[in-house]
Amino acid sequence: MSFAVAMHNVSFGYEASTPVMQLKELQIERGKRVFLHGASGSGKTTLLGLIAGVLLPQQGTCEVLGQELTQLSLSARDRHRGSEMGYIFQNFNLIPYLSIKENIELPCRVHAKRLKRITSSSLNEEVVRIAERLDLREFLHRGVTKLSTGQQQRVAIARAIIGQPRLVIADEPTSSLDIDRQERFLHLLFEACDEARATLIFVSHDRSLMTHFDERISIAEINQVRS
Amino acid sequence: MILLQLAYKSLKSRIVTTALTVFSIALSVLLLVGVDRVRQGTQAGFSGTLSQTDLVVGARGGSLPLLLYAVFHIGTGTNDISYASYQHFRDHSAVQWTIPISLGDSYHGFRVVATDDNFYEHYRFRRDHSIQFASGSRPEGIFDAALGNEVAASFGYKIGQKLVLSHGLERVSLLNHADKPFTVVGILARTSTPVDRSIYITLYGEEAMHIDWKDGTPPAIGEETPAAKITKENLHIDQISAFLLRTKSRVSTLLLQREINTYKGEPLTAIIPAYTLQDLWSVLGYADVALSLVSTAVLVVGLVAMLIALYTTLNERRREIAVLRALGLHARQIFTLFVLESTLISAAGTMLGLAAIYGLLWLFHNPIEARFGIPLAMVGISKRVVLYGAGVIFAGALLGCIPAMRAYRRGLIDGLNAY
Repeated sequence: MSFAVAMHNVSFGYEASTPVMQLKELQIERGKRVFLHGASGSGKTTLLGLIAGVLLPQQGTCEVLGQELTQLSLSARDRHRGSEMGYIFQNFNLIPYLSIKENIELPCRVHAKRLKRITSSSLNEEVVRIAERLDLREFLHRGVTKLSTGQQQRVAIARAIIGQPRLVIADEPTSSLDIDRQERFLHLLFEACDEARATLIFVSHDRSLMTHFDERISIAEINQVRS
Repeated sequence: MILLQLAYKSLKSRIVTTALTVFSIALSVLLLVGVDRVRQGTQAGFSGTLSQTDLVVGARGGSLPLLLYAVFHIGTGTNDISYASYQHFRDHSAVQWTIPISLGDSYHGFRVVATDDNFYEHYRFRRDHSIQFASGSRPEGIFDAALGNEVAASFGYKIGQKLVLSHGLERVSLLNHADKPFTVVGILARTSTPVDRSIYITLYGEEAMHIDWKDGTPPAIGEETPAAKITKENLHIDQISAFLLRTKSRVSTLLLQREINTYKGEPLTAIIPAYTLQDLWSVLGYADVALSLVSTAVLVVGLVAMLIALYTTLNERRREIAVLRALGLHARQIFTLFVLESTLISAAGTMLGLAAIYGLLWLFHNPIEARFGIPLAMVGISKRVVLYGAGVIFAGALLGCIPAMRAYRRGLIDGLNAY
């Protein structure tokens, strides 16, 4: 069994003396849709930072997509993240001075690996194809600020899955959407991840979404640091 | 390449701030280069006060006072020189021409210069400009006078105007040559040199005013020779203040200077005006340094404005930095992005400033030379200007490092978490 994420005996603190996250074991299988549940302050963002390789644990091992992050340099981790992971924030996902199209194609422009994995014959066609799937075709050449929050989050999906990353991390992506739109957003996100054959790590404090996922992990339970 | 595009689009999205910042840097560059060009022009104009004169000769004394009274008509010489000595060197085999100058009288603060036809023939300034007449002709008769352009303009005098010259240099003179008025026969064209502020008469005129004078005092009332009775034949010129000299070959200048300085007949001083002008300029150079300092200060203000403009956007851009980090941009690339932005701004400002100053120079160099006598050379781009341009862009890039450094740190500390 290969894991997308495998962490052992990890300890991390923003200051080395006061750890905010300690976990014995976290394993996420490849291709799974995983729901990470956590209230605010439970260490969600810290955990995602560790998986994404922005933060480095003081102790333990953290293997993501076959790469042991603790043995990579800072810039190698940045490259690893950019070429293998898609990231969706709660809001303000987009670069305000780029058009929708430019936002979507950005990962492929920054990372050659992502560009190589597109299925269409050109980046332009790939952007159009993905935009069509996510109902964004008509917005491609608009500015970011013209879109509603729901539309912006769909652009964020498009940008996260272009160039078929092997892992998609979504950090509270639905919390600024109303309930109807949450369902639709999840549906689109799952479709997009399936198509890219990406593992999905979905973080939310909203337990009502839990049922849609293969696996559910409570951060509060695995984190041994009590706040 | 993608970073350059990002930097460009980011600046474009903040078009008003960017334009204002570019504009303020352009203005600084314009001022800096403009001051430099004007400075160079002023220096060229100053050293062009007198051209083609190889030696200025006067009574034994300092070289600076000689230049000041003979060329700028400021102050007086300690002694006159005899006309015989003048004639000796006028007829010297190495000499091409000489211009005699006799000073001592004034008209409401403007100096009266007595000279001869050689002045109108040979006097040159700013390389090859010669004396031209705005109206009238050169003084021929004993009581004829030609006015410098500024003199004529400040009194509104025309041809035919009568002048009563004063003895000495005081603005309000106790001794007026009221019995021997002069008539304006010519008005000189503008030269933007001390010539404009002088009144030119003949050597005979100078002599005629002082006929019957003994040891600096006028004759008793009623004893003057009436002006009508004076002719060139009964005037005898024995002294002049100084003379300008041109050698037949530049090579003989130093030899002749030596010969004059060691002349047995009379203690004389000969100076090479170009050197003394340079000395004088280095004294006046303080003003020029002050001007350069002010324009440098303006440049600093322009650059600081850019720093502020970039720095204040940093907070709004934390989110953007986090997104770029999530997309796999290294913190170093974010640093580069910010430095690129500041470099683009300062480069655009420099280009705009240079274009503006050269446009202005092109438009105004003729009127400025005519009005102020400052020859603004339209030479391409001097080394100094290239240095300024490169310096401004480099300073912009360097200042950009401050917000860039902060963005870099934030990129690392905030990570993906910047709400």
